[in-house]
Amino acid sequence: MAHARLTPRQYLILGLVSLCAPLGDTCLSRGMTGLPEITLAHPATLFTAVFTPWIALGIALLIGFFASYLTALSWADLTFVLPATAFGNVIVALFARFFLHETISLERWAGIVLITVGVGFVAHGPSLTVSPSVQPETNADIADMEKEQAR
Amino acid sequence: MTIPSPAPQPGFWAATAMIAAIILASTAGEVLTAAAMKSIGDLDEIRARSGLTGAIRAVFTCPLFFAGVGFLTLAFFSLLFALNHMNLSLVAPASASLTLVTNAIAGKLFLKENVDRRRWAAAVLVCIGVYLLAH
Repeated sequence: MAHARLTPRQYLILGLVSLCAPLGDTCLSRGMTGLPEITLAHPATLFTAVFTPWIALGIALLIGFFASYLTALSWADLTFVLPATAFGNVIVALFARFFLHETISLERWAGIVLITVGVGFVAHGPSLTVSPSVQPETNADIADMEKEQAR
Repeated sequence: MTIPSPAPQPGFWAATAMIAAIILASTAGEVLTAAAMKSIGDLDEIRARSGLTGAIRAVFTCPLFFAGVGFLTLAFFSLLFALNHMNLSLVAPASASLTLVTNAIAGKLFLKENVDRRRWAAAVLVCIGVYLLAH
């Protein structure tokens, strides 16, 4: 089955994929920079880091990301879902600009434009392309797949 | 709460090895997870048919899923290790942007996805965009 258009629920799941990942990474970074240096000689200290508040919050957000990500992968290609993940960085940057009044450099604006154009490219195409595990069932399915491949 | 001063930044090869470890583990994990989810089928349809428990059971009885999660866990701890030695402004853009390209290659090779010119262009644009945004 090939999905040409996504339902509002599927857009919501892609939105969660986009937002939870960068917010989770930010929490992890905040937590790890607050810890003393961890060396390969004492790798077990990495596991104790998991129970600090910022890392725990980061992990909770990343669990939310992973649940939405798995759902998205069940009806869309990996090469369709991944750019959506990157779009979260744009949302966070715009949030920082308009709500936290942070300054965004010209380089960052260029990054925002490139990611938006890239995501637009992918979003304009089919979310799922034909794979060996997906067999067409009817002539209508075959016609749909041929149309999507021709795009 | 004060943030302790960060440790000295590692050399070029050590930084490259840390970022390469994140990229390799993350690409392997994402490809295996995507393959698992494709073999399971549309989770929304499974949930409509067998409820949330049925959907969770479908995911947790798939061996490929656990292989993927194993690699993603490895990528996660590699990321934590790298963040402890390097700034987020280096680790995040380098690993996130390069992973997009390695995943596009792996998606075409292993998942047989139709990575057409539009998707290649998107991967490259997003890759450069993530680098510019987070650098």
